[in-house]
Amino acid sequence: MKTSKITGKRIIEYLGKGKRFDGRKLDEYRNLSIETGVSKNAEGSARVKLGETEVLVGIKMGMGTPYPDSPDKGNMMVTVELLPLSSPKYELGPPQFNSIEMARVLDRVVRESKYIQLDKLCVEKGEKVWTVFIDVYAINDAGNLFDAAGFGIMAALKNAKIPKYDTKAEKVLFGELSDKSLPVAKNNPLSLTYSKIGEHIIVDPTTEEEDLIDTRVTIGSSNGIISSMQKGKEVSLEIEEFNKILDLNEVIWKEMFKKFEKELK
Amino acid sequence: MRIIKNKMADIKRLSGRKADEIRPISAKVGVVPNADGSAMYTSGKTVAIAAVYGPKKMHPQHKQNPEKGTLRCTYSMMSFSVTDRIRPGPNRRSTEISKITEWALAPVVMLDDFPNQVVDVHINMTQADAGTRCAGINAAAMALAHAGIPMKNIVSSIASGKLDKTVVLDLDKFEDSDFDEGEGSTDIPFTFTGDGKITHIQVDGHINKEELKKSMEMALKASKEIYEVQKQALKDSIKFKK
Repeated sequence: MKTSKITGKRIIEYLGKGKRFDGRKLDEYRNLSIETGVSKNAEGSARVKLGETEVLVGIKMGMGTPYPDSPDKGNMMVTVELLPLSSPKYELGPPQFNSIEMARVLDRVVRESKYIQLDKLCVEKGEKVWTVFIDVYAINDAGNLFDAAGFGIMAALKNAKIPKYDTKAEKVLFGELSDKSLPVAKNNPLSLTYSKIGEHIIVDPTTEEEDLIDTRVTIGSSNGIISSMQKGKEVSLEIEEFNKILDLNEVIWKEMFKKFEKELK
Repeated sequence: MRIIKNKMADIKRLSGRKADEIRPISAKVGVVPNADGSAMYTSGKTVAIAAVYGPKKMHPQHKQNPEKGTLRCTYSMMSFSVTDRIRPGPNRRSTEISKITEWALAPVVMLDDFPNQVVDVHINMTQADAGTRCAGINAAAMALAHAGIPMKNIVSSIASGKLDKTVVLDLDKFEDSDFDEGEGSTDIPFTFTGDGKITHIQVDGHINKEELKKSMEMALKASKEIYEVQKQALKDSIKFKK
């Protein structure tokens, strides 16, 4: 159900007073909880709840051939499935634009930050490398799947183990995980989204608020270093507004990183 | 900031360009006579053509918007436009760029008076050497104006970026994918309206806040150059009868 005009007006009125329907401040996230190792057969997995929004992320690995331009590096791939079970908005069928965009933006968050050390996933140069499949499934879309999926990917990668590989038979022994963790960098990027509704910039929108978003900026960054960014939707941004988002990201990143670390302990 | 400036003087680009120098550009309007509006934009070895059809009735009917007209962009690369042939047809990358293009153009296109109608913008890359989404957006903006679609302004798109620690403008293919000294390369495509609003930004790479602001300034300056070239091309397309 799309947010009705009258409710939309009301939401914007509230934002003007610095308030939101659920009592949060404009720059306040809903409660974040992360559980790792939720699927026994996956190489790594995580369940993330952000308020009522819930996503499952699973990591599977496979042996493949490297790309010709990176013969000594492993591959990675992100897919996002917006399951019809997660919201009345989604229907069965081939991937729609929303899921393609989310997958590509999150792919870049991981790839451009060099979080997975792909050079350590080479088994035989030019012949055999590990491919890391990162699959995101929406379980309940109550807004801000983008960020929830981002937290889930990071948590799942952190907890992933490489499966055993039988070199003679050239077969991955699925289900038999080695004690080697997936090699990841120390710098942990987080993907955080800032949404502009009217004049206001908010974080972590609910479904109701999501329908009103004029434009949004998703930033993948770690400790002040920005590695990926995407502006979405069809309204322009003033340069000052953009600078404000960059400043806000530094504050929110620190806050969310603390929460993220705490959840993984 | 000081470090960046010092470094800027040092950088030697393979193309011989200065850090804040864009590739040679050219623009032409009316390259597809059948279309309601069309344009070609070249930036170095990157060539984009765009054609606009519409406003026309939106099909399928369930996609019609009774409140206002719809802008629909399709971006695709021709199979021979790059060194390794690409499979023709849409893929995840082109689907995303199509939508990004739509978003980059939407803030200036006024379709309030065209309910249930659609304006189709088809963008094709005949030759690609990085910066294709920017070239495509520039061509599309001109084609829309050429088609006489009501617009508040046109948009101009240019990528800035970083080579190792140096902020530069307009990476070419080599700089974008094969440059691996130090921190490697960062690509930041921007689109600005004629009056300096951001309608599109993406970042891929490794950059801090100050450098990003610096590269935005550089891109904004370059977008003004492009804006003039686009305007001139549109003016040139009008032949006056004496």
